[in-house]
Amino acid sequence: MNDINTQRRNFLKTSVGAAAVAIAPGMLLFDMAHGKSEPVNGKVRWGMLIDAGQCKEGCNDCVTACNKENGLGSGTLTPTSAQWIRKIEIKDVSSGRELSLPMMCQHCESPPCVDVCPTGASFKRPDGIVLVDKHLCIGCRYCMMACPYKARSFVHEPLHDQNPDVPRGKGTVESCTLCVHRLDVGKQPACAEACPNKAILFGDLNDPNSEIAQKVHIVASVQVRADLQLNPSIRYMGL
Amino acid sequence: MKRFFALLLFILASTAWANVTNMPKPDIGKGGQCVRDTQWMRENHMHLLKHQRDETVHKGIRDDKISLKNCIECHASLKDNSVIARDDSFCVACHRYEAVKIDCFECHSGTRKSAWLLRNAK
Repeated sequence: MNDINTQRRNFLKTSVGAAAVAIAPGMLLFDMAHGKSEPVNGKVRWGMLIDAGQCKEGCNDCVTACNKENGLGSGTLTPTSAQWIRKIEIKDVSSGRELSLPMMCQHCESPPCVDVCPTGASFKRPDGIVLVDKHLCIGCRYCMMACPYKARSFVHEPLHDQNPDVPRGKGTVESCTLCVHRLDVGKQPACAEACPNKAILFGDLNDPNSEIAQKVHIVASVQVRADLQLNPSIRYMGL
Repeated sequence: MKRFFALLLFILASTAWANVTNMPKPDIGKGGQCVRDTQWMRENHMHLLKHQRDETVHKGIRDDKISLKNCIECHASLKDNSVIARDDSFCVACHRYEAVKIDCFECHSGTRKSAWLLRNAK
């Protein structure tokens, strides 16, 4: 009797194990392929740490990756081109030291663009990403005036053949979304992935175990225009 | 008298038939039913889409089932992978018949994602 029971127990154990092994990859695939059905929560705060020392002058890979991912168009810049991320070159006149770094929406904790928006189109998601709800945007461009980082663009011309994940249209304001459509399915922003020198470190600033939180804790980093007390999520080191 | 009724019946039947043939005949693509039955969807799809757009944009809920992208995935034409390209495309056929202008596709892509990826892969 005892013998039979052990066999039965073992059989059950192995079959449960086999079932778990068989189901687990399917579950993972399901999670990868389908978006989350849970709302984002305020425990997370997405941010970036950009190492200006690692950012190479003349390299434009982050900008190219952003343009491709979000369908901003490639080729030459025109006065009406959308720029979600741009490379800027700065020079200290007294020492002659030159630096090259990417500049984009800094995803402020207290975003001036949200303050000035008359329709509530400009808003901050609970996880700290500042976005434009284009269903509500009337294209007044107050937010573009308010942004101290010149991070936003206006779509002047009619668009065709947009990326199905990145809806964009004439008459609305837009800016870096931290690739929210990629984040929501567990991927990194396109620029961080594309940087050949790993100068852009992306992660959750609120998670003490994340690489970015640990690095921010030990190395000197600054926020651009910290005097405005907007507390941006994008930090720079080596400035 | 019999002849008169027969004629009347014929006229009524033919007008009813004409109404049926004038109805829009959208190209439903792969078709199928994943959310609710066809008649319910005809009446209420706009409420689902509007609700889902706010959930997605503001809360990051990307539930596939009632996302616009997922609707397009099944209902885009098998000929041109689009819900808006032709007069009998899935969205256009009824919206033209009912004279209801939609501006979803001023910003959103009307193309099946898999087809878009194929076209835009490096």
